[in-house]
Amino acid sequence: MSEQKPLLTSRYEIPNAHTIEVAEKHGAYKSARKALLTMKPEDIRAEVKKASIRGRGGAGFPAGVKWGFLNPQEGEQVYLVINGDESEPGTFKDRTILNVDPHRLIEGILITCWAIGAHTAYVYIRGELAHSIKSLDAALAEARAKGYVGEKPFGKPFEIQIYTHSGAGAYICGEETALLNSLEGRRGEPRLKPPFPAIKGAFDQPTIVNNVETIAAVPDVIEMGGEPWCNLSRLAPADGGVRLYGISGHVKRPGIYEAPVGITMRELIDVYGGGMLHDDRPLKAVIPGGSSTPVLRPDLKVDAKKADHPLHPWHGQSEIDVPMGVDTYRALGTMLGTCCAIVMDSSVNMVEACRNLMRFYQHESCGQCTPCREGTGWLLDTLDEICEGRGRPEDVHRLVEIANNMMGNTICAFADGTAMPLLGFVQKFREEFVAAVEKGRPLQARHDDSTAALVRGRAA
Amino acid sequence: MAFALTPEREREVDELLTHYPNKRAALIPVLWICQRQHGWISPEVVAWVAQRLELSTAVVTGVVTFYTMFFQHPVGSHVIWVCRTLSCDLRGAKVIQDHLEEKLGCHAGGTSKDGKFTLLKAECLAACGQAPMVQIDDDYHENLTLEKLDQIIESYRGTPSAQE
Repeated sequence: MSEQKPLLTSRYEIPNAHTIEVAEKHGAYKSARKALLTMKPEDIRAEVKKASIRGRGGAGFPAGVKWGFLNPQEGEQVYLVINGDESEPGTFKDRTILNVDPHRLIEGILITCWAIGAHTAYVYIRGELAHSIKSLDAALAEARAKGYVGEKPFGKPFEIQIYTHSGAGAYICGEETALLNSLEGRRGEPRLKPPFPAIKGAFDQPTIVNNVETIAAVPDVIEMGGEPWCNLSRLAPADGGVRLYGISGHVKRPGIYEAPVGITMRELIDVYGGGMLHDDRPLKAVIPGGSSTPVLRPDLKVDAKKADHPLHPWHGQSEIDVPMGVDTYRALGTMLGTCCAIVMDSSVNMVEACRNLMRFYQHESCGQCTPCREGTGWLLDTLDEICEGRGRPEDVHRLVEIANNMMGNTICAFADGTAMPLLGFVQKFREEFVAAVEKGRPLQARHDDSTAALVRGRAA
Repeated sequence: MAFALTPEREREVDELLTHYPNKRAALIPVLWICQRQHGWISPEVVAWVAQRLELSTAVVTGVVTFYTMFFQHPVGSHVIWVCRTLSCDLRGAKVIQDHLEEKLGCHAGGTSKDGKFTLLKAECLAACGQAPMVQIDDDYHENLTLEKLDQIIESYRGTPSAQE
């Protein structure tokens, strides 16, 4: 594992780190004090830009560049909105910050508000995470009592108010404009862009929407300086710093781990995840960064013969030996997404896995755009037919055709986020889809006894 | 029967309204407060919320029906959400689901005969590393085995419902 001392997770192992006393004893609010009392907003923005924090919510857009899109007009009020709607299947990292170290997020918000000129910040948290909301509310109450949040943070005459806002169960509210609608008391339907939130966001005012982990990284950037923080990454300067990696599925130690940007999937699985759950079942496939990111197959080799190909250094190696970064994974034909991997061993049938995720998308489509509302349903129906033994030879092609007609034809990226993983499954495991259709009988998939036995335990 | 919040909860609403530049933005948090008191969002609750926030009942209903956590029908004393999405599925969510259906005598979407538990399927609850898991009312129960689950269910039997 990494020799670097933990930053984002530095207080994870300390008992009661969620209380302000303990958090402050271990460094909390030092950076916020420094930023608000000694730094100019433009200097903070410059450091964050140098840090090259690629947005941790999944899109990987550089936070510093996003902040640069703000151009508030006379009489406009800038808002900061934190996206804590963590709902992408496989992703469970932001929740750890909210539960274990909420003061890190509050500190990041204070610095960011000062840097972008926002007096009000909302933290939108999915409704299911009732405990995370309570945890952050309790931390906010402590920070208000100390005067860190309020009219004069650390004595600085620059009012900052921070409020939590609970969602109520809708994956789409993680899309930033759907989130803004939900914040405004509307149905969580994404908005047409442009205008982008930086021009016209919450309550029609200029707004920056950032992920929880993105903002939680800001205090360390201020403490260390943008460049040194960026250089912790193995992919600096394009993709900087450290980040939270999640791993779930068939590994021995599922969980959240901090590591530099740019470790490989193989390291994540073998070193951090403790290797495959069952020693006799090798890795078959891994979804790298939440369910919308196309699946990787360890027996596929990187094809980048040309010297100017971004993946040329890894030509001929396995897909899982490419460093995990926003740009490297895009070049690989997938996405880094939320950097939370779902690991599947040789017992998993890929048609079943694909069907599981398509049910998710069918359930979560907001229904605003026809290609998405209908397309997600058609994909699921077709997969249901295949899995129940009623597949037809043309069904595999039909899946691809439906997905292709969804891509790029909708208001938000949800349809693309459904079509891309579907196409990934079909392209990389076509033989399984064809076999499932040809067999003409229900799949004897997945629910293998050894994993079920772990759950059944002694009660079996 | 007309609906009204308790004075204490009314004060929560007053406080909430100071968080936003307009009343409508408080809609989802206010619906939450109402559901905590009443157990579900009845037509009377919709009418009350609409009046309190100066919105039409159509607007309020539109929002209620969009979000899966607002109940449009009465539910049991405790609501069990079983996460069924991929990470949980890979670690035995189906075993959890089947066990609960048998134990409670109802299918997903139904309520046990004694009215104690409503059983629902959930899409990813962001606890993938602790799979399999269920959410009961506000609480997550993770890294489940059937033995652990049975104990958890028993511990809820004697407790009052999430709402009052």
